[in-house]
Amino acid sequence: MAVTAKEHELQKVSPSTRLGVNTLLLFLGKLVVYALLIAGAILFTAPWAWMLSASFQPLGDIFNWPPTWWPEHFTLENYRRVLRAAGIGRWYVNSAFIAFSVVVLQIFFNSLAAYTFAKRRFPGRDAIFVFMLGTLMIPGVVFLIPNYVILQHIPLFGENNILGQGGIGWLDSFWGLIVPSAVSVWGIFFIRQYMKSIPDELLDAARIDGATEFRIYWQIALPLSGPALAATAISTFTWNWNDFFWPMLVISNPDLRTVQLGLALFVVQNRTVWDVVMSGSVLATLPVLIVFLIFQRYFIRGIALTGMK
Amino acid sequence: MAVTATTKPKKTLSLKRIDWRETLHLVKKQWSAYLFLSPWFILFMIFTVFSVSFSLYLSFHEWNIIEPDKQFIGLENYIRLFKDERFYQALWNTLLFTGFGVPLGLASGLIVALLLNTKVRGQGIFRTLFYIPVITPLVVSSVIWKWIYQGDYGLLNYYMLKFGLIKEKLLWLADPDLAMPSLIIMGIWMGTGGTMVLYLAGLQGIPEELYDSAKVDGANGLQRLMFVTIPLLAPTTFYILITSVIGSFQSFAHIYIMTNGGPLRRTTVIGFYLYETGFKHYEMGYASAMAYILFAIVFILTIVQMKFVKGDIQY
Repeated sequence: MAVTAKEHELQKVSPSTRLGVNTLLLFLGKLVVYALLIAGAILFTAPWAWMLSASFQPLGDIFNWPPTWWPEHFTLENYRRVLRAAGIGRWYVNSAFIAFSVVVLQIFFNSLAAYTFAKRRFPGRDAIFVFMLGTLMIPGVVFLIPNYVILQHIPLFGENNILGQGGIGWLDSFWGLIVPSAVSVWGIFFIRQYMKSIPDELLDAARIDGATEFRIYWQIALPLSGPALAATAISTFTWNWNDFFWPMLVISNPDLRTVQLGLALFVVQNRTVWDVVMSGSVLATLPVLIVFLIFQRYFIRGIALTGMK
Repeated sequence: MAVTATTKPKKTLSLKRIDWRETLHLVKKQWSAYLFLSPWFILFMIFTVFSVSFSLYLSFHEWNIIEPDKQFIGLENYIRLFKDERFYQALWNTLLFTGFGVPLGLASGLIVALLLNTKVRGQGIFRTLFYIPVITPLVVSSVIWKWIYQGDYGLLNYYMLKFGLIKEKLLWLADPDLAMPSLIIMGIWMGTGGTMVLYLAGLQGIPEELYDSAKVDGANGLQRLMFVTIPLLAPTTFYILITSVIGSFQSFAHIYIMTNGGPLRRTTVIGFYLYETGFKHYEMGYASAMAYILFAIVFILTIVQMKFVKGDIQY
């Protein structure tokens, strides 16, 4: 059908006019594509741009109607106030410490396990691997209550006795935020997929030369997996910096709050101080935004790769 | 899941009988492999394997976390769940949230990816702009959108009034009928970037020759989209569908900040109800039973999606 229709068309219209019409259509098509993309980009950026703009406006201007997109009375007062009042400096240090610890631990433990799954043969490997992947189907909320209870009963921490009774264990401490996140099945899986592409001959040559397995991992496999490690490091950092739910459950001491937890509690408690809330929000986003803009090449490729394999 | 397809389990096990002496020898020879796995394995055993089993154990008990006593009550928590109207309401809210949010997010991500894939200039910039909502902390997104939906001064009311889409200011988050749609719209904003990146990767994996031969066969742009692009993106769609459904079923943080489950519990999704039950009312056993029902639902949905999509993928 389609073919005959096309032949019919070919006979009717001379080649030169066809070319002209096609170019015009192509041009109009491009125009529509750009118009749609720009409109979409504006819609998707607007909420964000507004937050940034509002963070530099006095409270009165934030409530302007119509909204002012460009600050009329530019001020840094909101930032000064949020830095003075809310203790955000402390939260920043806490968040940074937690996120960096988790990233370092995950990079090491995940890649060690990934190397083992990708490049070593040992009894039980495939069974363990499949079992590990199977657990990815369990929704995270299933772990909330049991993990909370487990943290509470870690022996010899938080005034617990050796049986894990009597105290609060790792609750209300950074241990409880760092240790459960120190490995990730996704991370292991992702790095393993990458390490599989390292040629075996390279590793075997090192084995023949008498290198230990740890040395092969450390000096050959790890340096060759740079992109995969970078991608997991960045997404781990973002995830941990942004996490809110788990810190909310675990942390109660105000000095131990993370940025997200502190900001959320501040929002819930002070519903009207939008000026401080906006500048606080900008500050809470800044680190992930910077990391993302610098490393987005790895980041987006990493996410795409995890999805495709 | 899609990921398991890359491994070939059991093949070696079923083809030949296990030689125990050989196995033992290998275990001894490769002892360091187990050592390498041990940091992951120990944490995995505690915070995943033991955790899930402990949750199942708790779901058969009544326990308020403060007292050490856990009273065995059999299936009572599950029976109570089936009679709990609030649970049904939460389930319904979750289904609404997921049933509208996931397909809409999928469609908008696909549309953006298709537009970006037409070799436009500035692809990288557009991609970044659409992706920024994904990396924005959920707490911050909630703050921004709370303001957008604000009744008296909010941005949405202003622009909808200006363009004549509404006649009077609406209380988006305080109106029981509007709160859930508002959260769904916000969800599209947060999710489009992630879907877009995955679809872009999927699109780049489609060989150019397929389009060329479709053109030779006289297929127009729309036909190429319907019969080449979309079928070939099925694995990507499948992956996004499964992960977004799992993600959507446990939404919590933005609901906690924006509506706190209200108004009239109309935005109380399962994740939120579970939090309330466990950490506000300290009914750990009941909340665990709820988590397991959620687990079962997600499991069934994943299997159904697998069956549904498997029949569709053709190469």
